[in-house]
Amino acid sequence: MSDVLTLLLEGAKPCADHLANILGKEKAEVEAELRRLEEDKSLLGWLPVFNPEKVEEGRVRAVIEVKISPEREGGFDRLAMRIARFEEVESCYLMSGGYDLLVFVAGKNLRKVAAFVSERLATIEGVLSTSTHFLLRPYKEQRHLLVDETEAVDKPAVSP
Amino acid sequence: MSVDHESFVASHVKDLPRSGIRDFFAVVSEMPQAISLGIGEPDFVTPWHVREAAIFALEKGRTSYTDNRGLLRLRREISKYVADFFGPEYDPASEILATVGVSEAIDVALRAILNPGDKVLYHEPCYVSYAPSVTLALGEAIPVGTKPEDEFALDPAAFEAAWEPGCKALLLNFPTNPTGGTANREKLERLARFAIDKNLLVISDEIYGELTYEGEHVGIASLPGMKERTLLLHGFSKAFAMTGFRIGYACGPAVLIEAMMKIHQYCMMCAPILSQEAAIEALVNGSDEVARMKEQYHRRRDFIVRRFNEIGLSCHSPRGSFYAFPSIRSTGLSDTDFAHRLLREAEVAVVPGTAFGEHGASHVRASFSTSYENLVEATDRIARFRDNIVIEDAAAAV
Repeated sequence: MSDVLTLLLEGAKPCADHLANILGKEKAEVEAELRRLEEDKSLLGWLPVFNPEKVEEGRVRAVIEVKISPEREGGFDRLAMRIARFEEVESCYLMSGGYDLLVFVAGKNLRKVAAFVSERLATIEGVLSTSTHFLLRPYKEQRHLLVDETEAVDKPAVSP
Repeated sequence: MSVDHESFVASHVKDLPRSGIRDFFAVVSEMPQAISLGIGEPDFVTPWHVREAAIFALEKGRTSYTDNRGLLRLRREISKYVADFFGPEYDPASEILATVGVSEAIDVALRAILNPGDKVLYHEPCYVSYAPSVTLALGEAIPVGTKPEDEFALDPAAFEAAWEPGCKALLLNFPTNPTGGTANREKLERLARFAIDKNLLVISDEIYGELTYEGEHVGIASLPGMKERTLLLHGFSKAFAMTGFRIGYACGPAVLIEAMMKIHQYCMMCAPILSQEAAIEALVNGSDEVARMKEQYHRRRDFIVRRFNEIGLSCHSPRGSFYAFPSIRSTGLSDTDFAHRLLREAEVAVVPGTAFGEHGASHVRASFSTSYENLVEATDRIARFRDNIVIEDAAAAV
């Protein structure tokens, strides 16, 4: 894995100066590496990790299990991409097990999400059934604990 | 009638010098806002699965003493781990003792083998407890210097030159706290021949073994003829980030482990059971986390070493441990003055090299067991501090 990407995954700030300083590289070299990662779609984009309870008050998120009919040519891909393209869909995965697609959606309020499921998603030809689970409370987002009970210990500032 | 309490303190304890670290700690405590590169322990919290194992053990009511030697399951896992990582195989029933950290293992080992006046050769700069532990066991500690030009690596010729009648043991710690110096196979083989030739026992503190960034880590016990004359001491504090659990172990010949066990059973009874349970989990499922932390230390090391050299404080790249040991000779200050002025003027704490013995003079220990942000800020401050000294020197010269 690219050392720039490794550092980003460890939580380093996405700032070329900062990354270059840590890695002992020229800033231009790091910028070129970031461009290359974006161009070959290894790096798809930048999103902050935030606490949804603080930042998106009132916003509703749901996980939807979707059963779909596979097609003669393309299997699940065409329908999966059709669903994934909706603005409301944050992530979409093909799954093994009792259903085919797991779809993460978000909306301004319950009515918006419900409308998306009943009017847009469920009505697509080839969608056999949906089962919607609303997210009640987040405990961990992208490796970050929302309620971290680990206390800063009174660690000695100098120790042998 | 007033009591002269001093008169009750044993003379060999009274004569023991205070730890240089302790003196410096008192100064640093007055400046809580300073960035500390003085910490001799991982900045990572113990991985959750290990903490969770301790919680589970507590929930199950595992709160009793254990076998003096430690839980048999722990000793079995230690045996497997040591065979995998170091090579030699030890019998869990008779050749392994779980201790309260490596510190206890060192103390008990020395007390078990030394008669009053027996001599122990150890390399310096080194961890602060080695010479005092020998003294407390009524032995005589003989320092053997490692050199900056060798990157403080093991120097078997210096050990050979330092030998004198009455030497009973060698005390080793590679990779070394505070220098990051290591010992390669060739040098260890020469030291092993010396130990066999002079009939010496080797006490090898392997606590930073996993945190070796270049080359293989060779434990001296794995060399031919050495398992039977080595006490291999190891623990969970550094690589597994478990300092507060205070859990370590000793592996060695059954007779010596039994002798150590005699002392351990009277002074300690056993290592805490919750720590033993946590240690089992660390050994069985901890390797991924150890690798992850090691990768981060490795990258931080490259950063801090590069920055020290850019700043003009010559610094070798430590092949192991999480300490950089730059020379501050170019500043014209002693290591103690450098550390005190750096703390007061730039609010960065590093530890003077002489806290680890006279051979650490003109160096300071800077731990890279802290976040990138701290390392970036601390080294920027050190750079400004160094520039100010250069300006002062120039002004003084005019």
